[in-house]
Amino acid sequence: MNGHMTEVQAEDIVFNVKGLTKVYQMGEVKVHALRGVDMEIYSRELIVMLGPSGSGKSTLLNIIGGLDTATSGQVIYRGKDITKATEQELTEYRRFHVGFVFQFYNLIPSLTARENVAVVTDIAKRPMKPEDALAIVGLGERLDHFPSQLSGGEQQRVAIARAISKNPEVLLCDEPTGALDSATGIVVLEALERVNRELGTTTVVITHNVDIAGMADRVVHLSNGLISEITRNIVKKPPGQLRW
Amino acid sequence: MRGQVFAIALVIVSGVSTYVMLISVMDSLNLTRDKFYKDYGFAEVFASLKRAPEILKNRIDEIPGVDQIETRVAANVKLDIKGFPEPVTARLVSVPDVGSPLLNRLYIRRGRMVDPWKDNEVVVSEAFAEAHRFKPGDSFGAVINSKWKTLVIVGIALSPEFVLQARPGAISPDYKRYAILWMGRNAMGTAYDMKGAFNDVALTISDDARLNDVLIQLDSLIDHYGGLGSYGRKDQISHRFLSEEFKQLQRSAEIFPSIFIAVAAFLLNVVISRTISLQREQIATLKAFGYSNRVIGIHYIKMVLLIVLIGIAGGIAVGVWLGKGLGKIYMEFYRFPYLIYDLRPSVVTTAAFITIGAALAGTIHSVWKASMLPPAEAMQPETPARYRKTIIERIGLGPLLSQPTRIIIRNIGRRPIKSLLTITGISLSCAIMIAGTFSRDAVDFMINVQFRLSQKEDMTVTFVEPTSKKAVYELKGLAGVEHAEVFRSVPARLRFGHRSYRTSIHGIEPDSNLHFLLDMNLKPIHLPPDGIVLTDYLSTILGIRPGDMLTVEVLEGKRPIRQMPVIGLIKQYIGLQGYMDLSALNRLLREGNAISGAYLSVDSLYQHEIYRRLIDMPRVVGTVVRKDEIRNFYETQAEALLFFTFVATILAGTIAFGVVYNSARIALAERSRELASLRVLGYTRAEISYILLGELGLLTLAAIPLGFILGRALCTYIAIALSSDLFRIPASVEPATYSLAATVVVVSACVSGLIVRHRLDRLDLVAALKTRE
Ligand SMILES: Nc1ncnc2c1ncn2[C@@H]1O[C@H](COP(=O)(O)OP(=O)(O)OP(=O)(O)O)[C@@H](O)[C@H]1O
Ligand SMILES: [Mg+2]
Repeated sequence: MNGHMTEVQAEDIVFNVKGLTKVYQMGEVKVHALRGVDMEIYSRELIVMLGPSGSGKSTLLNIIGGLDTATSGQVIYRGKDITKATEQELTEYRRFHVGFVFQFYNLIPSLTARENVAVVTDIAKRPMKPEDALAIVGLGERLDHFPSQLSGGEQQRVAIARAISKNPEVLLCDEPTGALDSATGIVVLEALERVNRELGTTTVVITHNVDIAGMADRVVHLSNGLISEITRNIVKKPPGQLRW
Repeated sequence: MRGQVFAIALVIVSGVSTYVMLISVMDSLNLTRDKFYKDYGFAEVFASLKRAPEILKNRIDEIPGVDQIETRVAANVKLDIKGFPEPVTARLVSVPDVGSPLLNRLYIRRGRMVDPWKDNEVVVSEAFAEAHRFKPGDSFGAVINSKWKTLVIVGIALSPEFVLQARPGAISPDYKRYAILWMGRNAMGTAYDMKGAFNDVALTISDDARLNDVLIQLDSLIDHYGGLGSYGRKDQISHRFLSEEFKQLQRSAEIFPSIFIAVAAFLLNVVISRTISLQREQIATLKAFGYSNRVIGIHYIKMVLLIVLIGIAGGIAVGVWLGKGLGKIYMEFYRFPYLIYDLRPSVVTTAAFITIGAALAGTIHSVWKASMLPPAEAMQPETPARYRKTIIERIGLGPLLSQPTRIIIRNIGRRPIKSLLTITGISLSCAIMIAGTFSRDAVDFMINVQFRLSQKEDMTVTFVEPTSKKAVYELKGLAGVEHAEVFRSVPARLRFGHRSYRTSIHGIEPDSNLHFLLDMNLKPIHLPPDGIVLTDYLSTILGIRPGDMLTVEVLEGKRPIRQMPVIGLIKQYIGLQGYMDLSALNRLLREGNAISGAYLSVDSLYQHEIYRRLIDMPRVVGTVVRKDEIRNFYETQAEALLFFTFVATILAGTIAFGVVYNSARIALAERSRELASLRVLGYTRAEISYILLGELGLLTLAAIPLGFILGRALCTYIAIALSSDLFRIPASVEPATYSLAATVVVVSACVSGLIVRHRLDRLDLVAALKTRE
């Protein structure tokens, strides 16, 4: 790797992950989900995380997102080690700094699309208007639909709108297309790509789908709780050109 | 699930234990009473008269159907007890000189029977002895037929005739100021000039005899001797009170447990339907493997039965424990030699049967639906819930709502029926609390009407026999007596059509300053110079209305029978009476201006001195002090009131807790994913607790006014169901009772809220993200 580049971007490191391990104690058995992960995540970049099932992708993302605790190691976010944060600090961290998108959308069924976004904008510091966030993901026309009245892809786009509406520093997406067919998946990825490009939101996307890696700045390969490889795309493919 | 099972079982425990407690106490009292009556020869017919020669007994014996006869001498006396400055009166009853009484025999707790040849020996009632800490050998003074005498206690006893020991006309038993004394017939005969004569008779009748016929014939015999009208057991005062108590226990045993069982059935329904919908896939899998519908159904039925059986077992244990406690309290009022605690097996089976029946009725529909579910359909997840904008939003209040609040109201709006049932369940707990504790308000109200609005005299003085009006000057002359008004009171039978009622008619001064008659709005009315005014409930019993002509048969003196118009009705909560202008009553009796006693208002500084003087006045047979009566009333009620408040609080608490906790747990199970998602989005624990508990809080708050209404209705129902000629319970509920009920509900809801909150704090955020709903 060339040292020059690291120098330049050192200022813009959002996350610095050092020696991160996670061990689940299952009765007698210990499951090592992460065995010492080191990596950096830079501002404005789009990372795609690949790896076989059980390799620890979700675990890593959840710890970075302040949803789960680490067994050892550090996750430095803007100079602060979130593995040592209190419950209250973590809540605040999620509330103001991180946007999440999950495989199963996790929308509130009793609220409309607009209200689902408002759930976040109501408590954020410098939010967009829910309508604007929904317009970004191409759902400006479906504001008053309940989740049950939306397709899977539409629901996922609401989830993205919700995640970006607070103008988060990072967007963490765990298999955002996992429950969608490829055409719908591409619409969702386009939304993510657009957010990353236009708003400059640092974005991490977990996927099983190797083809999606084409849209990333960097691709992180996990296997068996360790980073096996990090590759950089010289040319990023727009999601519209991805096929699977 | 465990918490919910526990909560439901708790509600069942409450219902079953209330039932077991009330019914077992009723049965126990009943059994004890019957045994005591039988073993100690409680009479079946009673009559008082002025004076009849002993040979009249033979004629009474000839009345067909009469079995055993006991003639007696009885009198009211004043007591003078050292160190107790308040007026005390007693009923002095003779016992035969040879052998023990044939009827109404005494159970000697301590000491012995009287020596027939000693005229200073008495056996005293146990309650009175206890109240004054008397033991055999102690003595006190008594004014017997105008002569002051020292009486020595030789025994302490109980009698089936005085299981409830209350002065006639009193509002509650008073053990300090009212006593039953038994004295040898010979000694009493001498003292009251009743040698070879009697003034009281008690009978038993043979099994095939008709009570009414006996009463009519007995009356015709004793009429010539100043008979006051004979009556059967059902009008005997001690027996009456006991029967009323049974009625009260029976009614309570119908009302309260039904509410619990209904709530338990509702809770079971909610929990079982929820469990079944969670286990759809398992049901489908089992069916795919060839399990029959029946097996699946039985599986859930077993679950219901298990919960119910835990509840029933616990309920019986707690019920027996509470029943024994309540039995002890009743033994303070009703003096039996012992209490035979009786839990009939049929009570247990009834409780079990009803509970199981209600539980199955509440769940069978869900179970049936589950067992009929085709496997393929069961494999599918349930259709997603449909939400709509609620009325609150449609009327334009939408923009005012925060998202969490919106979630709350949409969830309530999505299942209006379930929300309504939850509200109803909580409101029932509030209603139970009100109905269980309103008796204090009712009692306060009764006391207030009786003693503060109506009878304002400080003291009521009764003369031995009708006396010239001049006697009042003697009373007015006592130092400290500020004002005196006279009254005349005669026993009478009132008739209208074929209905009749035996009571007394009070003649009072028309413009009384001490004794007021109140109309239906509790405003004093003016007593007209002619005609009669009746207690409203008495007019109901007689079926008579103002303007109708009432037949009055006086049971004293010349025993005139006269028709007179009912000119008004008055509100009275205790007893039934007719009121007339004093001079009109005197005219009716053709007796000049005789009086029975006087109402006094006195300077409280002179009170004790006045009592002393009254003891010495031969004409005065008894004195009742209003303040003492009120104080005694509260003292005797206090323990029972406390017990019922305690029980009601626990019961209401369990319902509120059971309903709120169950709803909370189910809401938590249904929404944990949604709430975890909100936590992921950066909502704090407090904020998501608000969504879950806010909904329950809202339902609880909505339930309280409904609970007030239901509680009030329940009180009215109880008041109507329990009203009798002895007393009518006003359905009066004070703000303090409402607020206590609301407090119990809110606190119980908060406790269950806190328990659920504890679980919310441990919500697994990651798990919520891994699963599809
Ligand atoms: N709550 C848990 N308890 C025990 N073990 C767990 C838990 N969560 C994850 N694991 C284990 O940790 C390892 C990593 O899991 P993780 O969910 O991070 O994998 P993943 O790479 O996201 O897999 P997938 O692609 O299937 O989502 C797995 O072996 C998994 O079984
Ligand atoms: Mg994963």
